[in-house]
Amino acid sequence: MKRYSVFAIAREGLRYHQGWERAWRSPAPQKRYDTIIIGAGGHGLATAYYLGKNHGIRNVAIIEKGWLGGGNTGRNTTIIRSNYLQDASAAIYEKARSLYETLSQDLNYNVMFSPRGVMMLAQTQHEVRGYKRTVQANLLQGVATEWIEPARVQELVPIISISGPRYPVLGAIWQPRAGTARHDAVAWGYARACSEMGMDIIQNCEVTGIDRDGDRVTGVQTTKGAIACDRMGIVVAGHSGLLAQMAGFRLPVESVALQALVSEPIKPCLDVVVMANTVHGYLSQSDKGEMVIGGGADGFNNYTQRGSFHHVEETVRALVETFPMISRLRMLRQWGGIVDMTGDRSAIISKTPVRGVYINCGWGTGGFKSIPGSGWAMAELMAKGEPGPLAAPFSLTRFREGQFIDESVAAGVAH
Amino acid sequence: MSTRLAQGGRLIDRSRQVSFTFDGKTFRGHPGDTLASALLAGGQVVMGRSFKYHRPRGAVAYGVEEPNALVNLGEEGRFEPDTRATTQEIFDGLVAESQNRWPSLDWDIGAVNSLFARFLPAGFYYKMFIHPRAAWKHLFEPFIRRSAGLGRAPRARDADRYEHFYAHVDVVIAGGGVAGLAAALAAGRSGKRVLLVEQSGHWGGRAVVDGARIDGKEAADWVADAVAALDAMPNVTLRTRAMAAGVYDHGYVLVHERLTDHLADKSGLRQRLWRVRAGRIINAAGALERPLSFAGNDVPGVMLASAMRDYLVNHAISPGDRTVIVTNNDDAYRTALALHEAGLIVPAVLDARPVADGELPERARAAGIRVETGRAVVRVKGRSHVTGVEVGLHVGEGSVLEEIACDAVAMSGGWSPVVHLWSHCGGKLNWDEAQAHFRPDPERPPLGADGTGFVRCVGASNGHLRTGDGIADAVAGAAWATGADAGKAPAGEDADEGALMPVWLMPQGAGVKLRAKMWLDYQNDVKVSDVQLAAREGYESVEHTKRYTTLGMATDQGKLSNINGLAVLSGALNAAIPQVGTTTFRPPYVPYTLGAIAGSAARETFMPLRKTQMDSWHVEQGAEFEPVGLWRRPYSYPRLGETVKDSVAREILNTRKNVGILDASTLGKIIVKGPDAGRFVDMMYTNMMSNLAVGRCRYGLMCNEQGFLVDDGVVARLSEDTWLCHTTSGGADNVHAQMEEWLQTEWWDWQVYTANVTEQWGQIGVVGPNARKVLEKLGGMDVSKETLPFMHWAEGELAGFPVRIFRISFSGELSYEIAVPAGQARGLWDAILAAGAEFGMQPYGTEALHVMRAEKGFIMIGDETDGTVIPQDLGLNWAISKKKDDFIGKRGQQREHMVDPLRWKLVGLETEDGSVLPEGAYAVAPGDNANGQRNVQGRVTSTYHSPTLGRGIAMGLVERGPDRMGEMLEFGAGADPVRAKIVDPVFYDKAGEKQDG
Ligand SMILES: Cc1cc2nc3c(=O)[nH]c(=O)nc-3n(C[C@H](O)[C@H](O)[C@H](O)COP(=O)(O)OP(=O)(O)OC[C@H]3O[C@@H](n4cnc5c(N)ncnc54)[C@H](O)[C@@H]3O)c2cc1C
Repeated sequence: MKRYSVFAIAREGLRYHQGWERAWRSPAPQKRYDTIIIGAGGHGLATAYYLGKNHGIRNVAIIEKGWLGGGNTGRNTTIIRSNYLQDASAAIYEKARSLYETLSQDLNYNVMFSPRGVMMLAQTQHEVRGYKRTVQANLLQGVATEWIEPARVQELVPIISISGPRYPVLGAIWQPRAGTARHDAVAWGYARACSEMGMDIIQNCEVTGIDRDGDRVTGVQTTKGAIACDRMGIVVAGHSGLLAQMAGFRLPVESVALQALVSEPIKPCLDVVVMANTVHGYLSQSDKGEMVIGGGADGFNNYTQRGSFHHVEETVRALVETFPMISRLRMLRQWGGIVDMTGDRSAIISKTPVRGVYINCGWGTGGFKSIPGSGWAMAELMAKGEPGPLAAPFSLTRFREGQFIDESVAAGVAH
Repeated sequence: MSTRLAQGGRLIDRSRQVSFTFDGKTFRGHPGDTLASALLAGGQVVMGRSFKYHRPRGAVAYGVEEPNALVNLGEEGRFEPDTRATTQEIFDGLVAESQNRWPSLDWDIGAVNSLFARFLPAGFYYKMFIHPRAAWKHLFEPFIRRSAGLGRAPRARDADRYEHFYAHVDVVIAGGGVAGLAAALAAGRSGKRVLLVEQSGHWGGRAVVDGARIDGKEAADWVADAVAALDAMPNVTLRTRAMAAGVYDHGYVLVHERLTDHLADKSGLRQRLWRVRAGRIINAAGALERPLSFAGNDVPGVMLASAMRDYLVNHAISPGDRTVIVTNNDDAYRTALALHEAGLIVPAVLDARPVADGELPERARAAGIRVETGRAVVRVKGRSHVTGVEVGLHVGEGSVLEEIACDAVAMSGGWSPVVHLWSHCGGKLNWDEAQAHFRPDPERPPLGADGTGFVRCVGASNGHLRTGDGIADAVAGAAWATGADAGKAPAGEDADEGALMPVWLMPQGAGVKLRAKMWLDYQNDVKVSDVQLAAREGYESVEHTKRYTTLGMATDQGKLSNINGLAVLSGALNAAIPQVGTTTFRPPYVPYTLGAIAGSAARETFMPLRKTQMDSWHVEQGAEFEPVGLWRRPYSYPRLGETVKDSVAREILNTRKNVGILDASTLGKIIVKGPDAGRFVDMMYTNMMSNLAVGRCRYGLMCNEQGFLVDDGVVARLSEDTWLCHTTSGGADNVHAQMEEWLQTEWWDWQVYTANVTEQWGQIGVVGPNARKVLEKLGGMDVSKETLPFMHWAEGELAGFPVRIFRISFSGELSYEIAVPAGQARGLWDAILAAGAEFGMQPYGTEALHVMRAEKGFIMIGDETDGTVIPQDLGLNWAISKKKDDFIGKRGQQREHMVDPLRWKLVGLETEDGSVLPEGAYAVAPGDNANGQRNVQGRVTSTYHSPTLGRGIAMGLVERGPDRMGEMLEFGAGADPVRAKIVDPVFYDKAGEKQDG
């Protein structure tokens, strides 16, 4: 495959870009593969990539019911941070963040990781204590965060109003190497690299059944026919419950809509990501100039990828109050995605009751940031049959044992 | 050059002048002009610059779909970017400025991008800027960000006000063209409540411009009559400048109304967001004309044929002296005829179709206009303005047969119904081969709760492009919406139209050089060649193509570009258009302000503020407040010259020595009543509550199903079947909701009623050694230790106020919590203060409360708990009943990890030097874990300076903590960790004598 570079662009430019190859092949499915990954979202693609790259497992098909990256991977607000409170979370999110740092070079695809800094505002005394605790925890976890005072908040974010009146900014937790990346590029970059390793990405192919021989998986039924395999990873986010049902087990996961919106584009005025959890909203500015806005998830379960307007209202109200200058900007587009929520709001990377079936889900409202780390840990689990230290705490058994990884204390909105 | 004709212009009032500035230059227009029409009148064709290549651009459209003519509007608190010049009406003193150019609109440095355009194809940034790694953040990204964006960022706070408005109607009709009006008339006659909204400032839509006739009248006259008739119907509400922005589930419609944007006087409310619940929704939003894809179709002076007609008929704008028309359908001939009738020159109509023999082409020929069929524009000449067109065969590859000099080009590629409102909730579309557009599939509407469709498109938005058909369709739609017979439809007539021929590339065989100059998405600079590149590289799904090229992602949301782009993609993939698919439409139809979404909730009222009855007193005392949920509570009452730290210390010492008064009204108060109430409180609390005697109080714990502690408070039994549950201030609403959830979903057959009476009662804490003396002085009920011992409550009178007094203590002092009906709370408060003066009474705030409870070793929900802590961790086993079969959380607490002896448990912590432990600090343990993180063995949960003890005190959770009394721990990492000793968490009055006093 041709490498991407400024020279390649120049060469192609001279011949009107007629020579570019496909970024990924579009093959018909074979009869069997060693390994099948269901779901070509970021997590599924990253799992496949690290299976190939770290473990030499390349006879892999990635099966996608729609178009790759078209689930939440292509709908999220792209915040990447690792300032989590609990050790298990901090470990996997920091692993992911550090992989993001070099992902463009690894994949030879510019995913535009932009470590512009993420700030989470403290607007109540309770939040001040919570974030100070997180800073303390991060220090011991090797995650670089700091507590900053309101004056520094104002300096980093000139457009913010720190004086209230209702919820004045009392300080913030600041992670300078956190940031954003281009969501589509993450999916496309991984897909291109997987295809390059010889893996088959099969789009527009829905898995409709999972075949078992006793407690062992043997393959899948799809809208493009049956495909056999020895080993399978289910990585389908909001649809995990359905796939688990096909495989014959249950998951402690609920699906709800999470929404986001963008404004019309304006010249740069916000260089960092700001999250305000007390008032439920967060804001960043994309490279195109749109103000990217998100908030809390809907309180009821559904699969429609539409949310209720009152959440948009609540979020916008909070942000207009926090960033008064956005009031006269216009909402350009609003959308939703179905996120998979577990009881403790942390992910599942685990073996399942069916031998050969592994599951990765439960990233809920905040799994874009974890894509490389999750893929890394999931690949290790699938290759070895046992979890490594990154994945181990995220096992399904934790719900039975009560060993939760609860982040709710640190962040009401967990993106 | 564009100019204003001496006659005509149905919307403008020539008797008056309006003056405004654009880029500092003064222009004049008339009332009724939009910014775009007034600029065209003044000869200003170039109005903006494109996003990527900074190409000079003029208005290509007439309405909300405009992608090019966006301006910075207004100043300071009324400044806004990205305003469409085509929809902004002018007023005296309007200030507009072009955007995305530097230093000026005519001379823009960013236009160098255009020279490199060939090296900046779709998605170029994914392939470049990969090395060196740091360069993306520090070099490339800042550069891209600076050159992207469109309008300037506002700086000031918005000077305007917004509001929300709630409406409930039977039928909402979106669009005030003739279809919308006909539907409204029919629906209005049925007597149903009807809301008709039109996004522009005038009624009638296209028909009035295009010269249709209805019921034998000129369309304009029919429209005037219809509006008058509707105005007279009390059940019909009409609004102009009101755009139906989105359809949501259950017939919820949002309408954005602009009230002062078109006025010089901005003193009123600026915009209003209508939140409408509608039984049925009729979408009569019309259709939008599509551009044609020929090289140079973005040069200023190239305009949609219908837009040119609108400017001419409505505003008497001549787009130029010589206008070439290029089309694939009959409708564009209307523009040729209108220009001709206005005395302007139409050198030729270039029709891509092999034959054009319909009524309109024939009329054009009869008028002496040269009509050339089978012809295409090969290329538009000119850079910042059209100077001519090169003409060739449409079926050819672009060899030029002829060059025609002209200064304007009107193009028409056919019409696309506006189906947004249909699609927002999942209505599906069919591809109409004959008209080459997507139109609603009546079999697959968006479904309401009853399983039937709740939106219907009528008129042009339903693919009925002829006036008569559209009106008949609209009347049928009204019958559907009202369930009533709608009567006979008005008869619409217009010229007969011949068939259109789809044209997606012009000329058909255009080579790669020409395709690289054919714009699809004007604003984002996406060209035919970009979509073809995306397809070649495997970005085959429409969504991939859109995202890879940014097609349809501009502020017009693809209104002009989506179908053309889709068609190019389907050509590249060799698949039929409907197979390639369409993209989903998301609200809003047209972008509207965030201010309108926020509504009147701003500043002080941005969230409801809950105040207690004593709030004004706190303000008078100069209290520092802190938010607790939606409440505000005094944090402390600093006196003149005192820091908050000092005042907190003073409040604590005074309470411990004399007596303090606390406004505890925010404390949650939930009544649980009924024959099964005892059973119910036993389930809600870990302790036994059913056996509490009337007149007694008991401290209780509430857990969630997982077993984690979520709330605590004192429960009092008021009567045989009534319990009063006190909750934390922030927790009352949640606890109440939880109770209701259990009652309504699990124990629906239990006879229990709950009521959250938090606001019905004021609650006053009188706390400290002199507390009883104060109450005795007030006079009334007996508050002696014998009659009202610790953990009892009684009802009676105090200083003439009806009260309930609870002997409970959160500070460790002798304490009375006095509940009084809210309306009388301030009176009692004042009476207590007066009585307390001689005993040294002072108010104290939440911080003193917190410190005192920590001195006493009492836990605080949210500090000692964080959703991962069970009561057993906090040494609260005594409050967990072993007798009860069940309570919420019981099973959770029996799980493996919950009974692990290594769990972190509550202890007190004391530093060696009496300093205060850092907030949230962790106690380190030797070594690292498998992920390379430092091992830990505990953490600080509360840490304060205790004025009572004159040193730092802390509470924390430590692995096997209670078994390790006296051990030293190290907190924090880095150079100098803090050392602290594990001690008993009760620092003050360990024997508990004072509270019993
Ligand atoms: C509005 C919004 C904002 C968000 N913001 C952030 C943020 O700022 N930061 C952050 O870190 N995270 C954020 N998230 C969360 C993040 O998007 C997700 O956690 C993450 O993208 C999940 O990736 P995934 O690969 O697991 O799932 P997806 O990307 O959803 O991929 C799952 C794939 O499985 C496919 N699939 C499903 N069923 C089948 C089947 N039967 N057969 C075959 N294929 C199937 C789907 O089509 C889909 O492509 C946000 C989410 C939303 C909705």
